[in-house]
Amino acid sequence: MPATVRIPTSLRSLTDGSAVVEVQPGKLDELLGDLATRYPELGERLLEDGRPRRFVNIFVAEDDIRFLDGVDTPVGEGQVVTILPAVAGG
Amino acid sequence: MAFAESLICRECSRTYELGPLYYCEHCFGPLEVAYDTEAVSANVSREKIAAGPPTLWRYADLLPVEPTTATDLGAGFTPLVRADRLAAELGLGELWLKNDSLNPTNSFKDRPVTVAVAKALEFGLKTVACASTGNLANSVAAHAARAGLTSFVFVPHDIEPSKIVATAALGTVVRVDGSYDDVNRLCAQLNEEYSWGIVNVNLRPYYAEGSKTLAFETAEQLGWELPDHVVIPVASGALLTKIAKGFRELVDVGLVEPGRTVRVSGAQAEGCSPVATAFAEGTDEVRPQRPDTIAKSLAIGDPADGFYSLREVRDSGGAVAAVTDTEIVEAMRTLARTEGILTEPAGGVTVASLAKLAREGRMNRSERVVAYITGHGLKTPEVFDPGSLEVIPATIGGFQSVYETKE
Repeated sequence: MPATVRIPTSLRSLTDGSAVVEVQPGKLDELLGDLATRYPELGERLLEDGRPRRFVNIFVAEDDIRFLDGVDTPVGEGQVVTILPAVAGG
Repeated sequence: MAFAESLICRECSRTYELGPLYYCEHCFGPLEVAYDTEAVSANVSREKIAAGPPTLWRYADLLPVEPTTATDLGAGFTPLVRADRLAAELGLGELWLKNDSLNPTNSFKDRPVTVAVAKALEFGLKTVACASTGNLANSVAAHAARAGLTSFVFVPHDIEPSKIVATAALGTVVRVDGSYDDVNRLCAQLNEEYSWGIVNVNLRPYYAEGSKTLAFETAEQLGWELPDHVVIPVASGALLTKIAKGFRELVDVGLVEPGRTVRVSGAQAEGCSPVATAFAEGTDEVRPQRPDTIAKSLAIGDPADGFYSLREVRDSGGAVAAVTDTEIVEAMRTLARTEGILTEPAGGVTVASLAKLAREGRMNRSERVVAYITGHGLKTPEVFDPGSLEVIPATIGGFQSVYETKE
C-alpha cells in the first residue's frame, strides 16, 4: 500500500492536475526525491539543495516534521504527507 | 483612494495581481502589498490625515483597500498615554503606552480585520474565517456581522472561556481539538477547499497591513515624530514587522523627517518563545515550540513572521525578551496599579519585557520608549482572582471596622 502526498492547489498544474500523488513509503527525503524526479518543476518549487525551502511546511499524518525527525521522518504505508505554505496565521 | 498596485514576494520579488493570495507559487515566500509610493506621497499630508475620521481610516492612503463604512466599527486612533508612574517603577525615562485594548472588540486585531474584511467585500467573498487564539476570532466575528458576511472562526479548544463566550454571540465559533498551530494548519487546508476569505491565510497580505496603523498613530500622536524604541508583543511576528514597516513608510512618503531609526524590540512569554530563543542563540532559524503559557493570545509555536521579526529586531539594534508566567501576572498588576490600565496576559508580557530590557541595560533612560498594550484585561478575568471580598454594613462604622484609613 503506497503513501500519499497532498499537493497544494496552486501547484496542481505541475502534477497534471492531481491533488494527491501516490508514492512509495520510506524516509521523507527519499519520498520527496522521488516526487522531484517524477515532477521536476514541483521539486524545484518545494526544495532547495534537496531540502524543503524555508517557507514550506511539511506534515506527516498532521504532525509538523520539525517535531518529528525532519526529512528523516519515516512515512509508512497509507500515511498522508501534506505540503503547506508556512506563512499563514497570526 | 487605494494606491496598492500588486502583491510582491518578499523572497524572490515575483509580482502577482491583487487577489486573495498569500504565498508565492515559485518559492512559497510570503506575499506583501506593493504601493505606488510616488502617488501616495503626492496625495498624503499631515493636514489631510488630521481632517480624517478618528479611526484608522484616516490613513486610508497608506492602506491596500478603498475606505469603507461597511466594515467600520471604529477601529484605531486609540490613546497614546504618557506613563510616568510605570516608568519610575521600571527605572525608565520617557515611557508611553499605546492602549490598543480600547478598540471596538478590545484588542489590536480590529486594525487588520477591518482592512481584511473590507478586502473580502471588494473580492466579492461571502464568508470570512480565521485561525485565532481568541482576540482575532472576536474581531472577525464582529466585523463580519457589521459587513453582513458569514463567519467561521477557528480556535484551540483550551482558550480562555470568556473569549469564546463573547464571540459566540457574534458568529460561528469552531473549537478545535489541538493547539493554535494545529488550528492554523487546518485553516491553511480549508483554504484549499473553500472559497472563503480567511483573514490570516489568503487575505493575510492585506490583513497584516492594518497593523501598520499602530506606527502611523504613534508618530502622529507624538507630534509627527518617531519614538526611539518600541516594545511589541510577538505571536506570529506580523505585528512587529508591520509596525517597523509603518515607521519606514512614514519617512518614505514624507510624513516624518528622515534620519532616525526606531529600535524595535520584541516581547514573548518563556512558555512560547521561539523568536526570543533564536535571538538569544544568534541564529535566524526559528524552531517551532509547543506552547505552554498563561499568555494564550501569544501562544503561536510556529510564528509565520518569526524570521522577519528577528531581522527587524537585529537590524534596528533591538532585542527580544522572554518572561515567565509569574512575571507576566506581576506585570499586569503593576500596570493596573500604576497606570489604571487593565490588560490581558499579552500586555503583561509586554510590560514584563520592558522591565527586563531595562534591567539588562538594553534600553536607556534617554530614550523615548513606546510599548504596545494589545488586549483588554476583561477578556481574561480568570487571571485575577479577587478572593473573598468582605461585605460591610452600610454604615460609616461598618466601613471603619474594616478599613482604618483616614486619608
